[in-house]
Amino acid sequence: MNLESIRRDWLSNVRGDLLAGLVVALALIPEAIAFSIIAGVDPKVGLYASFSIAVILAFTGGRPGMISAATGAMALVMVVLVKEHGLQYLLATTVLTGVLQIVAGLLKLGRLMRFVSRSVITGFVNALAILIFMAQLPELTNVSWVVYAMTAAGLAIIYGFPYITRAVPSPLVTIVVLTGVAMALKLDIRTVGDMGQLPDSLPIFLLPDVPLTLATLQLILPYALTLAVVGLLESMMTASIVDELTDTPSNKSRECVGQGVANIATGFIGGMAGCAMIGQSVINVKSGGRGRLSTFVAGFFLLILVVFLGPWVKQIPMAALVSVMIMVSIGTFSWDSIRKLREHPPSSSLVMIATVAVTVSTHDLAKGVFVGVLLSGLFFAHKVGKVLRIDRSIDAEGGVRTYGVVGQVFFASAETFIGAFDFKEVVPKVHIDVSRAHFWDITAVSALDKVVLKFQREGAEVEVTGLNEASATLVDRFAVHDKPGAVEQLMH
Amino acid sequence: MNKVYACIDGQSNTAAVIDWAVWSAQRLDVPLEFLHVLERHPERAAISDYSGAIGLGAQDALLHELSEIDAQRGKLAQEAGRRLLIAARERAAAADLNCVDGRLRHGELVDTVLEMESDARLFVLGEHHRAAGGARLHLDHHVERVIRSVKRPVLIATGAQFLAPQRFVIAFDGSTTARKTVAMVAGSPLLAGLPVLLAMAGAETVLARRQLDEARQSLAAAGFDAATALVPGEPEEVLPALLKSQGAALLVMGAYGHSRIRQLIVGSTTTTLLRVSELPVLILR
Repeated sequence: MNLESIRRDWLSNVRGDLLAGLVVALALIPEAIAFSIIAGVDPKVGLYASFSIAVILAFTGGRPGMISAATGAMALVMVVLVKEHGLQYLLATTVLTGVLQIVAGLLKLGRLMRFVSRSVITGFVNALAILIFMAQLPELTNVSWVVYAMTAAGLAIIYGFPYITRAVPSPLVTIVVLTGVAMALKLDIRTVGDMGQLPDSLPIFLLPDVPLTLATLQLILPYALTLAVVGLLESMMTASIVDELTDTPSNKSRECVGQGVANIATGFIGGMAGCAMIGQSVINVKSGGRGRLSTFVAGFFLLILVVFLGPWVKQIPMAALVSVMIMVSIGTFSWDSIRKLREHPPSSSLVMIATVAVTVSTHDLAKGVFVGVLLSGLFFAHKVGKVLRIDRSIDAEGGVRTYGVVGQVFFASAETFIGAFDFKEVVPKVHIDVSRAHFWDITAVSALDKVVLKFQREGAEVEVTGLNEASATLVDRFAVHDKPGAVEQLMH
Repeated sequence: MNKVYACIDGQSNTAAVIDWAVWSAQRLDVPLEFLHVLERHPERAAISDYSGAIGLGAQDALLHELSEIDAQRGKLAQEAGRRLLIAARERAAAADLNCVDGRLRHGELVDTVLEMESDARLFVLGEHHRAAGGARLHLDHHVERVIRSVKRPVLIATGAQFLAPQRFVIAFDGSTTARKTVAMVAGSPLLAGLPVLLAMAGAETVLARRQLDEARQSLAAAGFDAATALVPGEPEEVLPALLKSQGAALLVMGAYGHSRIRQLIVGSTTTTLLRVSELPVLILR
């Protein structure tokens, strides 16, 4: 954190950051309102949250150019909490979420992201897109045809307007046009004003009004844990997407801590927990945002626009927001993953689909990712377990049977390992050469013990050679360093 | 510690940098390597689309578009860099220097220079941009970062033309850094045989005289034709005028004696002299 890096992060792309930040701010407003509605709180909770999260992460985040605010993934986790215990408990949970995220950042848990495979990430993104879309359905059921017409018109403007000009954000045009039409024709459809309170002032500091007891903690801790995990997952994934798009590195641990700081502060000004947003970050990069300034401008303008244009924001028909959210959902969804479903190995596709299915059915991205990671681990173990060959040979007199074990022996391949020995054969001496095998765990060792014991019971004399080489991998301290020859030695 | 590295960037005074590098390599009798760093600027956006709409496969499409632009720029930069190195080597060969190499690297100049440091005897750099009108208001931050970070001598070539130095001036202030500078000069073949002026700014005191004299003697003992000058005033104010009167000379000084904090607030003499000096500067650590 020296002057040089501050200058690079903030001031090297001023024009691009300012304009991109504006574009993002305009798209953040409908999202923040929509996500507040999903969570079951007043729109101002999401709007204050988006302001404070974006502005604080501009300073504390580890990934310049990434946009964080109130998100759908987080909103879905809060639904039950808000319904059963109310807003004040949500604010307390938000603060606790931030504390947990800071702890995770300090413990450098971001590194665990390496266990989340590509398929799980794709599944997460797709599930997110589906959930955002599904969250719009209540606005589209049991309503008059006018709402459908408005939504369709909104989508037409969003995707059609860029063909006319790319200088003006088309979601903004959609909102302005649809609001104008609804006001001019005095259409009787739901507007943002019907959904709850909007911000009428700048946010103020307030303590969540909950009893500071163990019971409160027991109540909010499970929610805070899920929120912390979901928030960090989406933030880490979004960070790697922005890394890839801009071809620059990010500081994941700093991002974890930054998310935590932002959530704590947000809880204290009456905002809901949030995290990084994939769709908005893609819009930011696409609009030319690269530095921290873009994130700051997005949050700052969001609040200015909402506070000063409040009476107008109230008039926005929900249909306009729904069409913007459908766009975000479509833009977030990875269509490539559907096209390549058949091309990819079946196990990868299965992991992706399982992640989506679990997430959509539980409305909990953490559960979906957990299942995905578990499945990819199992598939991997299954695959590596197949890397095992056992050669058999017998000496000229037929007195010594030699088994040469080559490959990986561990819990997933132990059964194959045992099955490869012929215990029915009557030989006086058995020689098991494991010098070219790797024993990865206790299961492998006990499998070998079992084999030796079985041969001994049949009356054969057993000799095991190469156990030292084979069990080098067993010790947990074992590590392949970048010493020349270390990897070759492992692959002997 | 056996090479002269010349960092060339294809800007106006690249020719002077090449010539200074050739001169140094010949005097030090070590190989010369030209270094051209391809700097990318991912912190600046290459495209901007304010439509704010994301459609089917937006992320893949954006990644494709951005990497396409980078790929095109990268190819052009590589091609230009290669041509620059070829031209530099030809120029060096024309000056009868044969042990010449060229190297293209990705990254930032200062990081690349630090990578080469263990192998370097001397770095030669050009001043990158000079404000119109000739007044250098601030030092190019590339040059500044390099001289702040490296531990090896750095030669900053100024002007568009190379003029073989007829003499050199050591900016002397009596400090430990300055005495080390004198010792390094005395022990190096780079400036051997050239007359030297030890210039000191400050009040006429017995101490200053004695320090100057000691320095002169150690240079004379190494076979230099050394003279001294003690000018009253602040170094930043009086030394430039003195340097101007020296003709084709090279300014030699030690780098950054002060702490970072002090530099941040009042600036260092080294930086100021670098800014105002019209002469090429050799900075020693």
